[in-house]
Amino acid sequence: MTEPLLEVSDLRKSFGALRASDGISFDVRPGETHAVIGPNGAGKTTFISQLAGNLRPDSGRIRFAGEDITALPAPKRARKGLARSFQITSVYPEFSALQNVALAVQAHAGHSFRFWRDARRDPALTLPAQKVLREVGLGERIHVLAANLAHGEQRQLEVAMALATGPRLLLLDEPMAGMGVEESQRMIALLSSLKRKQTLILVEHDMDAVFRLADRISVLVYGRVIATGAPDEVRANPEVRAAYLGEDA
Amino acid sequence: MRRYLFWALLILALVALPPVTMALGQGFYIDLVRRMMIFAIAAISLNLILGYGGMVSFGHAAYLGTGGYAVAIFAFYGVNNGLLQWGVAIGASALVALAIGAVSIRTSGVYFIMITLAFTQMLYYLGISIEEYGGDDGIRLKARSQFPLLDLGDGLQFYYVVLALMLASVYLVHRIVNSRFGMVLRATKSNEARSRAIGFSPYLYRLSAFVIAGAMGGLAGALLANHTNYLTPDYMHWTRSGEIMFMTILGGMGTSAGPVLGAFALLLLEDLLSGWTEHWQLYLGPLLVLSVLFFRRGLAGLFASRHD
Repeated sequence: MTEPLLEVSDLRKSFGALRASDGISFDVRPGETHAVIGPNGAGKTTFISQLAGNLRPDSGRIRFAGEDITALPAPKRARKGLARSFQITSVYPEFSALQNVALAVQAHAGHSFRFWRDARRDPALTLPAQKVLREVGLGERIHVLAANLAHGEQRQLEVAMALATGPRLLLLDEPMAGMGVEESQRMIALLSSLKRKQTLILVEHDMDAVFRLADRISVLVYGRVIATGAPDEVRANPEVRAAYLGEDA
Repeated sequence: MRRYLFWALLILALVALPPVTMALGQGFYIDLVRRMMIFAIAAISLNLILGYGGMVSFGHAAYLGTGGYAVAIFAFYGVNNGLLQWGVAIGASALVALAIGAVSIRTSGVYFIMITLAFTQMLYYLGISIEEYGGDDGIRLKARSQFPLLDLGDGLQFYYVVLALMLASVYLVHRIVNSRFGMVLRATKSNEARSRAIGFSPYLYRLSAFVIAGAMGGLAGALLANHTNYLTPDYMHWTRSGEIMFMTILGGMGTSAGPVLGAFALLLLEDLLSGWTEHWQLYLGPLLVLSVLFFRRGLAGLFASRHD
């Protein structure tokens, strides 16, 4: 069995009396799509923030590609190949789609202490950016300001920015949040096309998407992982049914 | 196209101003416009960090003062070599900016404003307390900075030197903000969390911009000391910082033309109103408030095309 790309052991984080992460152990194998689901307030956002490096855990360890990254800040994790999208759309609204993605390319093209040449006309940045934008289906919209893109397109743009960094692991925080049916279908198609090529962590409310895309699912309830396994196993797990899926399953 | 037209007309007007005003017997305008252009350089440098970097530095007068003192202190000891004076003015201001920036950029929002303000007030009181260099009264420059082939004592030559330096500053900032470095700066102003998430650590980029802006502010200070032939700690008073900030906002933050327009407009307005009434500040205040309310994108917004 191959070594996991990401390995989280006994992660703990409390806010006062609230144990938002209560001993989470979790791993992601190279190439898999690992979904994290859980009811509201289960601690998904806290968990993601610790993975991305925006929150420091109280205890526990996070290993990424064989290296302990528990103490690394977010930008350093990003440079090591851990890319993320945000639950609430986070792009550069006053820049074009192309510039948004070109910035992501730039972040991984060495230091940016280059003061003179026009970055907007630098093919080393714009060509890879255009390629990624075509891949996510925004090829026709590259010169549109991000602020003027439709909501679904902005989410696609976020995925494009994450992909443009050439990540080893892509952390998608509710990529379908706030999307209509049609937009969701487009996003699911996009994520399906990434499967296998890209190791993914998918945090998502949309059960339809999760069960279609995930190789494994971990269920987070009250800061603990109560089950991990293939979609069918998780669906059949009585504890999960009781805690989370309830009547919907 | 409109922006090229704008700059062409502005340069033409500024180049033509001295001969035209002298022919009309209104030569004092040369002095006023020279002062405007010096403050424009200060505003251009503040615009780099405020307009493009989102750093609300309320202490830009610190660099004006540091640059001014560098020139005045050399002159005080009879050293009038301009290259040395201005070189030290720029270098010392860069160092002051490095020290202030290294501390303040770790904070943000109101704390950033207060810390930059506090540092600048410290320098202001330092200026007052040094009796050697005139303390509260300041020092008079016995001679302007001396350069080979140039005579700044000649008001006209000095005018064109300032014009050239102002245009060079505009161009320098224009290059910087569109370079990779500038894109990091602007992107981080736009959305810091996103910048960090794609792998930029903003601190050193911001600090570098802060130092560049400080150095340019120091140049403006060296010019201002030569312009007035006189230097007082008032160069560093917080109201000066406020003035420079106001020029930048009035003209249009994050635009090339903004700080130039803002500096020209504010100083022209001051000059007109103060010639008309003693209580000119009473009229200036409301005018400024109205201008901010009505020109959201600053004066530059009136000239620029939408895609500028």
